Amino acid sequence: MDLQTTIYLVVGASFALYIGIAFWARAGSTSEFYVAGGGVGPRLNGMATAADWMSAASFISMAGLISNMGYGGGLFLMGWTGGYVLLALLLAPYLRKFGKFTVPQFIGDRFYSKSASTVAVLCLLTASLTYVIGQMTGVGVAFSRFLGVSSETGIYVGMGIVFMYAVLGGMKGITYTQVAQYCVLIFAYTVPAIFISMHLTGNPIPQLGLGSNLVGQDISLLQKLDTIVVELGFGQYTTTTAGSTLNMFVYTMSLMIGTAGLPHVIMRFFTVPTVAAARSSAGWALVFIAILYTTAPAVAGMAKYNLISTVNTAVATNGDMYAVESSLEVAKQPDWMNRWAKTGLLKFEDKNGDGRIQYYNDKTKNPDVIAKAEAAGWKGNELSVNADIIVLANPEIALLPNWVIALVAAGGLAAALSTAAGLLLAISSAISHDLVKGVFNPNISEKGELMAGKIAMAVSIVVAGYLGLNPPGFAAGTVALAFGIAASSLFPAIMMGIFSKKMNKEGAIAGMLSGLFITLFYVFAHKGLFFIKGTEYLDLIGGPNPFFGITPEAFGAIGALVNFGVAFLVDKFTKEPPEHIQHLVEAVRTPRGAKAVDGSHAH
Amino acid sequence: MDKNSEAYWKATLGLLTKILSVWFIVSFGAGILFVDLFNKIHLGGYPLGFWFAHQGSMYIFVALIFIYAKKMGEIDRKFDVHED
Repeated sequence: MDLQTTIYLVVGASFALYIGIAFWARAGSTSEFYVAGGGVGPRLNGMATAADWMSAASFISMAGLISNMGYGGGLFLMGWTGGYVLLALLLAPYLRKFGKFTVPQFIGDRFYSKSASTVAVLCLLTASLTYVIGQMTGVGVAFSRFLGVSSETGIYVGMGIVFMYAVLGGMKGITYTQVAQYCVLIFAYTVPAIFISMHLTGNPIPQLGLGSNLVGQDISLLQKLDTIVVELGFGQYTTTTAGSTLNMFVYTMSLMIGTAGLPHVIMRFFTVPTVAAARSSAGWALVFIAILYTTAPAVAGMAKYNLISTVNTAVATNGDMYAVESSLEVAKQPDWMNRWAKTGLLKFEDKNGDGRIQYYNDKTKNPDVIAKAEAAGWKGNELSVNADIIVLANPEIALLPNWVIALVAAGGLAAALSTAAGLLLAISSAISHDLVKGVFNPNISEKGELMAGKIAMAVSIVVAGYLGLNPPGFAAGTVALAFGIAASSLFPAIMMGIFSKKMNKEGAIAGMLSGLFITLFYVFAHKGLFFIKGTEYLDLIGGPNPFFGITPEAFGAIGALVNFGVAFLVDKFTKEPPEHIQHLVEAVRTPRGAKAVDGSHAH
Repeated sequence: MDKNSEAYWKATLGLLTKILSVWFIVSFGAGILFVDLFNKIHLGGYPLGFWFAHQGSMYIFVALIFIYAKKMGEIDRKFDVHED
């Protein structure tokens, strides 16, 4: 069977599975729609959380980023997993005890203020919407590459599929579909990695393979990788940091608290039956996430080794990498390079006209490398590889069978669709529950609210699809923004709501707004006002990364510090929260009496 | 707040402090701030600091959450605030 047919079959089967599950798990009440009836066990919820959390970015882009960054890429690994420790210890069990449907509802009730909950809704909508656009774009890319349709058609198909199971099934449908999607994506991610690890190191476990010796050689994979990348003018793989140590520290912290503060993740912990289940469920979620996240650095390192040894034959023979015959002849390049060159994700340009591909860092400052490249007649790097290829083309690079390639296609789509669905649910519940029921029409019937939820979700799918089709040129910046907002506004507000009994509404609102404002100010200075090109104002703040060299992506933790600082300052000078709120905090802190999650807006 | 819930909250915060210290030490300590120092030691083919950043922290995070869940359950029962 040819590759295209196999891909259609595998992807088609996975979609049929999702829709079947959605039909079986239709939501009939608001409780089922928002929190899946509150009866999902900790392990199942952990698995659904893992699928919800791991997006197109985790599945497709992360290993490629790490491959390019080397050691510094560890900030994604530590940041996106360490956040679950914070979530499990500081937020999830207490929010579960509080027992309501949404994050803004907690903020609104705890800070006895509709303004606070409205600010929270705003933060939630901005964070989730920017995030979901990235997912829709990811769906488009995956479809266009694997199904041979245009990226637009891909997004329409994706919208249709999400619409069917998210609108019909709500949280209940989404939960069970996400469990299926997790199985598909983790299988798709680990199978190629096992093959490749086996091939390079003889060890079938990629996590161990990365730390093993190369087959038939007396040198470890990482050591060899270090040697060849340095020889080609790149930074040493195992030690190159992300910017500076301070930047890496702050960046990792931002991703951690951003992860803990993302509403679509927090929401998943409202679906478990007890406080104890919320605690252990976070652990299970991290187990399922870690299976992919500990495989990713192995994929990253091995793919980098494979790529370089493909274009430079001296890697395998330990020969001179700058010898003429070491560079791969264009005529002899493998099929996968031709295939990916068509997508534009892989580019080759014969700068010195020798009919061979030279791949090295032509911007290096290492005089040794510059001299060698000049002596060999190299006129600049001739191959550029988009980071996304590393995972998508990995099975092809390793010459794996067609069904593995088809599996990776289905896995990438599963990752993007499951995250999109979770985000859409967070958006629609914020609109129907916190805005429609909470602010505009408190007397709405349950049936009416359920309908409002479904309409809100349908509208968000259309908006997300539209923005995915017409991205205002900000796909890359948006995820940074989502994490920045979650870290600087939502996480501190929720945490203070639980851990500080005396925190009042004035402090919380001032904190959220100032954390949000300073983060947006810093991000927009680099990326343009609302990501519109040409509106950057770097001169105003003194050039790029003016705050101790911290990049805008890493700024969320600083925003959170500002949030905490302002909140405590304002709190000091305004009156303390009423007695019944302080009792509410005490009640939230103890597990006994946790009851089924419901949505009533009691004040 | 009555005496029991005060003691319960104190025990909870004590546990959180311990767990978060380990969380900080393995990731920000061994993986970032003192990575060069740890890289002098090798774990198989892995420099140890690199291993903490790319592998070890994540394994320890998983263990930390389960330890937390277990110890928290014990604290709940000790102060008689557990769910039935």
